[in-house]
Amino acid sequence: MIEQTPMDERRKGPAPLDETRLRQRAIGVKLRQMFDDVVNEPVPDEFLDILRSADDKAGDR
Amino acid sequence: MGAPLEGAEPAMDPAVRDKIFQRELVTLIPHLRAFARTLTGDATQADDLAQDAMIKAWDARKSFQLGTNMKAWTFMILRNQFYSDKRRSWRSTQLDQEAAERTLVAVDDPEAPVALDELRLAMGMLPDEQREALILVGAGGFAYEEAADICGCAVGTVKSRVSRARKALQGILEAGNYDRDGREAGDAMRSILADAERLSAAR
Repeated sequence: MIEQTPMDERRKGPAPLDETRLRQRAIGVKLRQMFDDVVNEPVPDEFLDILRSADDKAGDR
Repeated sequence: MGAPLEGAEPAMDPAVRDKIFQRELVTLIPHLRAFARTLTGDATQADDLAQDAMIKAWDARKSFQLGTNMKAWTFMILRNQFYSDKRRSWRSTQLDQEAAERTLVAVDDPEAPVALDELRLAMGMLPDEQREALILVGAGGFAYEEAADICGCAVGTVKSRVSRARKALQGILEAGNYDRDGREAGDAMRSILADAERLSAAR
């Protein structure tokens, strides 16, 4: 796999290892974007409502 | 603020302590939602999971030591909840299937940005443990050691899961052999590369 790459294949771009690294980096960027997109969404009211009522219960004790 | 990084907490009025705990928990909600969403691949299921985890964390607040890593602690609660939900109900596989089908419908729009949806689908094809490890390390901002604590496994196990997940994702995206027809093999990888380039140029 390492030395068997035909010449014309090699001319197309960087070495296979660099190509893999590039692709992995691209996947990493998208993965973080996928995660951060949700982080940046406004938090639905339900979440805070749940905590608020939990808080009230704690306060009653 | 002012909480010690290590050692026992100073004696504190329980009501004040609850307030401090709650304030920090609130800041973590977006991250819990993101973890749940990327883990389950389904927005509704994810918010249920994130809410359950948040309630569990609140109920267990006394066992948490203020000043230690609450993000890692809540993520551990969430992933444990995820696995116990899965164990409890065989229906979860059914739900995953339905969620995948909904996603397929959602990405039918040819104008929609392809890369993220493809990545979502590909993520859904990974084994849970690999997906989880990859999210924690690759998106959640955790060190391997922290991810190992969260997953309750050895650091080496996390490393090998992340590495296998990365290879598998690339393989899936390049082969285009996810459940979607009408798209040329390798297309997903190309659009992810193009997108990543655009994103890093914009930064």
